[in-house]
Amino acid sequence: MNDMTGTVYTETVIHSAAEAFMPDVPFQTAIVSLDSGGRVTGRILGDRVAIDDRVERVEVRDGVPFFRKRTGR
Amino acid sequence: MRPVAVVGIGKTPFGAFADRDLRSLAVEAGEKCLKNAHAEPSVVDAFFLGNFAGPSFVGQNHLAPYVAAPLGIYGVPCTRTEAACASSGSAFFHAYNGVASGVYDVVLVVGVEKMTSQPTPKVTEILGGAGDCSGEIKAGSTFASLFAMIARRHMHEFGTKREHLAAVAVKNHANGALNPDAQMRKVITLEKALEGKPIADPLNLYDCSLISDGAAAVLLAPAERAGEFTDKPVRVMGIAQASDFVALDQKPDITTFPAVRRAAAKAYEMAGVGPADVQFAELHDCFSIAEIIALEDLGFVKRGEGGPYTAEGHTARTGERPTNTSGGLKSKGHPVGATGAAQICDVVMQMRCEAGERQIPRHSLGLAQNLGGTGASCVVTILGTV
Repeated sequence: MNDMTGTVYTETVIHSAAEAFMPDVPFQTAIVSLDSGGRVTGRILGDRVAIDDRVERVEVRDGVPFFRKRTGR
Repeated sequence: MRPVAVVGIGKTPFGAFADRDLRSLAVEAGEKCLKNAHAEPSVVDAFFLGNFAGPSFVGQNHLAPYVAAPLGIYGVPCTRTEAACASSGSAFFHAYNGVASGVYDVVLVVGVEKMTSQPTPKVTEILGGAGDCSGEIKAGSTFASLFAMIARRHMHEFGTKREHLAAVAVKNHANGALNPDAQMRKVITLEKALEGKPIADPLNLYDCSLISDGAAAVLLAPAERAGEFTDKPVRVMGIAQASDFVALDQKPDITTFPAVRRAAAKAYEMAGVGPADVQFAELHDCFSIAEIIALEDLGFVKRGEGGPYTAEGHTARTGERPTNTSGGLKSKGHPVGATGAAQICDVVMQMRCEAGERQIPRHSLGLAQNLGGTGASCVVTILGTV
């Protein structure tokens, strides 16, 4: 499924968040350009990512995609 | 459409005022404005209130008549406009249209926000309502983080440096230090601006505008009647409001704001001027990167050149295009619903030579740019002395 993979278009590590997300800081979010077309804002799990890194979607929680850095290519 | 003039201005100081509520701030600005124009409230044909999130910040709805009545304004149309941080820019735009079209003669605009009664994480949550709550905000994004992602991409594509972002904060603090109504009257060094507490990488505390209480007001009238109110009228030469996607991830290119470009193109055409003619500007520096991109989108510099242009001092008070001589949202403060109206007040103060220590010598053509969200709303206004 190619909406499972994509490339990081931009990213940030958040240190100061809204009330509901304060327990998670610091955490990384990214806008990912999906291989299937279009972009989506999601969370990054595991290693930090940078622009142009390849990522794959590992889960969806309450409609929010979580991505992880892909090794190789 | 007939010529329209700004004939009165009024502002409260911006800051954290534990003893002030939303209505008292809005009424103070409105009263100062009417007094400034030697006008009785009975001359006001319509009232527009710019406010982003009064219902969330202070639990009050139906805000326009709620503020108008204690100002002595009864019976006439009272309307609240909401366009995130461009709420009172939008109020001003709609007030202008009412006067220019001849529907109204004298219109009062007030912008107000009361933010500091909530703790910062709650303020962050409320401000998030200006983004797409079904996507980016649900993923944990804050406004600082959205502009941080814009900054990252701008750095990636154009080589904009961390020091360029810091230069915006240093310059705006230097200006705000001279503004008696500014919230943070403090000069900062480049070193300090680079060392701020991280908020959302690459942005730190010094890249972010303030959480503020405050209000600002503007009185508009047909240019032919301006003499009834003031001997220093300022003409609205061009004005436009434009829109774009609310969600940042829907924009094809996040390093430019199409709504700013559209509004600017229309305002320039209406005024019969170009970017090179603009002598000074109040720009929407909600985050440092936003001022850099505004310089580019308004056509003052080419894309990617906003950072170096700032670092080279061209936007300082002594530079070729003084920008945010008020201190901007960064130092003056950013009570979001008041910001657009306050920008108009600050441009008018320069044009009337009422800017005190921050007065600049060339002040006959100025521009105000008020941005909402990550650019889903924008109002650009070009003002000139008649």
